[in-house]
Amino acid sequence: MSDFTEAVLAARRGRRPGRPAGSMARREARWGYAFISPWIIGFVLFWAVPIGASLVFSTLDFQLTDPDATTFAGGSNWERALSDPDTWTALAATFRFTVLFLPLSLVVALGLALLLNSKHLKFTGLFRLLFFMPSMIPLVAGILIWQQVLNPQTGWVNRLIGLTGVDASGSDGIRWFDNPVLVLFAFSFIGLWGIGNSMIVNLAGLQGIPTELYEAAAIDGAGWWRRLRSITLPLLSPVMFYNLVIGSVLILQYFVVPWVLFGASGRPDGASRFLLVHFYQEAFVFGNMGYGAALAWFIFLVVAVFTGLLFGTARYWVHYGTERS
Amino acid sequence: MTTDATLTDAAVRRKRRALLLSLCTTLGALLLAAVFLMPLGYGAATALKDKDGVSDPNAAILPVSALTFDYEGEERDVYAVPMPDGEVRDLALVEPGRESSVFVDPDDPGAGTVEWEGRWRTLEPVTGLDPQWGNFAEAWNTIDFLRLIGWTLMYALTTMVFTVVSSAVVAYGFARFRFPGRNLLFGLLMATILLPPAVTLVPKYAVFLQMGWVGTYLPLIVPQLFANAFNVFLLRQYFLTIPRELEEAARIDGAGPIRTFLRVIVPQALPALTAVSLFHFFYAWNDFFEPLLYLAGNREIMPIGVGLSYFSGVYSAEPHLILAASILALALPVVIFLVAQRVFIRGIVVTGVDK
Repeated sequence: MSDFTEAVLAARRGRRPGRPAGSMARREARWGYAFISPWIIGFVLFWAVPIGASLVFSTLDFQLTDPDATTFAGGSNWERALSDPDTWTALAATFRFTVLFLPLSLVVALGLALLLNSKHLKFTGLFRLLFFMPSMIPLVAGILIWQQVLNPQTGWVNRLIGLTGVDASGSDGIRWFDNPVLVLFAFSFIGLWGIGNSMIVNLAGLQGIPTELYEAAAIDGAGWWRRLRSITLPLLSPVMFYNLVIGSVLILQYFVVPWVLFGASGRPDGASRFLLVHFYQEAFVFGNMGYGAALAWFIFLVVAVFTGLLFGTARYWVHYGTERS
Repeated sequence: MTTDATLTDAAVRRKRRALLLSLCTTLGALLLAAVFLMPLGYGAATALKDKDGVSDPNAAILPVSALTFDYEGEERDVYAVPMPDGEVRDLALVEPGRESSVFVDPDDPGAGTVEWEGRWRTLEPVTGLDPQWGNFAEAWNTIDFLRLIGWTLMYALTTMVFTVVSSAVVAYGFARFRFPGRNLLFGLLMATILLPPAVTLVPKYAVFLQMGWVGTYLPLIVPQLFANAFNVFLLRQYFLTIPRELEEAARIDGAGPIRTFLRVIVPQALPALTAVSLFHFFYAWNDFFEPLLYLAGNREIMPIGVGLSYFSGVYSAEPHLILAASILALALPVVIFLVAQRVFIRGIVVTGVDK
């Protein structure tokens, strides 16, 4: 239903939409609030109040080991957050990985979806299953498997690279977990195992594109690349945008993989000290709740600015409005 | 006649080209899938190796060990022996000698011994596939797998019921009732998907600690009673597709909103409820951060993810056991997924495409 019809219908009912009048409407509204009340309570208890409280906590000198000695600290936690070299290491590590993995995962998810949607591919169902399956592997199990398959001496990755003649397994071999750049690739491999969801979402988006468009383009003599650029990508852009936003929110809060592999050590060379690792260590390992709250707000602002920028760019490349079936 | 012939010729050529393209695409996809899933193969192969086979860089890819043969009450090693006639036979070494040794054919020990001229030390030992199934038993016992699975299932199933029931109720409220501020509240609900949970953790942890809940499952379970944005969204989308006539019929029969919800909506929405349940089950099985935080190192009640990471820290010198434990941990979710993949993939499509 278009906005216009909705407006006309609302006018006929003699009221603005969403503002019921009369006892029937009041009854309906009461039931509506009753049904959504669990979420409202949860939102207040577990989102609104804690977010506000975090802001208050960030002005306190509050140690978990000695809560009675809590004092007001003003902006000192914030000053410390911004002058702590670990904060900037963490921000840099997080951004480096984001810049590498976000485009990589988008391209791979799109590529796999295009492959699965290809009319030349046989056994589509089987392949969809195979490419999706790693996403179902519990993350920690997947991390441990990758940790071993990337081990420098006996891991299959280095042995496969060794087949090309490069001495990958030897003492000067490729040490995936000891080099701050290589480790980002190790993180990326693990991340690509979780790509199933965005692949499926892309695939569904591709299947929603009307085939007549491709037929018309084929008659006009457009080749594969041209059809991809002029039909597929624009029509898929809302789906890509969804994947991009969800992906960046997740990646800015990257924690489990670096934590399982390296704990709070930050090895190698600070590359695994992501923002959330830094926050977790300060707040819950060292028990600096006040400083932790300031860092949490810092992360909140980083995520807000980043997603804000994404939404800001959306109107230049995301095509809404054309009919989607 | 001639035009017909050229037409069929063209058709045949087109068909051949399509076939070739299919073949290439499918083979390419197969290769890609093989690379993508290679670590699983490595994990399975290594989980079945013995400790020596894991650490030796020149070890075979599959779990193998040297073959032996029991001859006259003693274990004899089996070697590949080149015979004078050029044939290589797998023989068990009975009596090693400096320049000549005595062997016996393991396949036919009754035929008597074979004397062989040459230095037995130059011979290659014969290896055979020898999977160490015992690694799984050892991993199972060492990580106390039943206890881990027990707690994981308790956590996953309890919170699954909580979140599905509460999310369905909330989703019904958003799908079917008009009330002031509905769009604003729904927008707020969707915004919580993008909010980083870190910003709520410090006060929540402090309060849970005050209440004595830290070190128990309560901080993980209780919040699930209050619906979850993803689930509400997915269920609402589904509820919107259910024809209103069904509810109106129920209402005419005198059913109130609660009865209508239970009698009409819930049975109609079973596929969506199943999808949401599965999503949550996998989410809970995977959950790492919150159990790590709120269980505060209480190892007696660890769920599988946290338990595995502790295990890998302690047993880092025994990768075969770590991999065996990882495979144990992934077995159940993968099997459930294979059984329920249709419902599951349908659900992902709803969240991603029908924003």
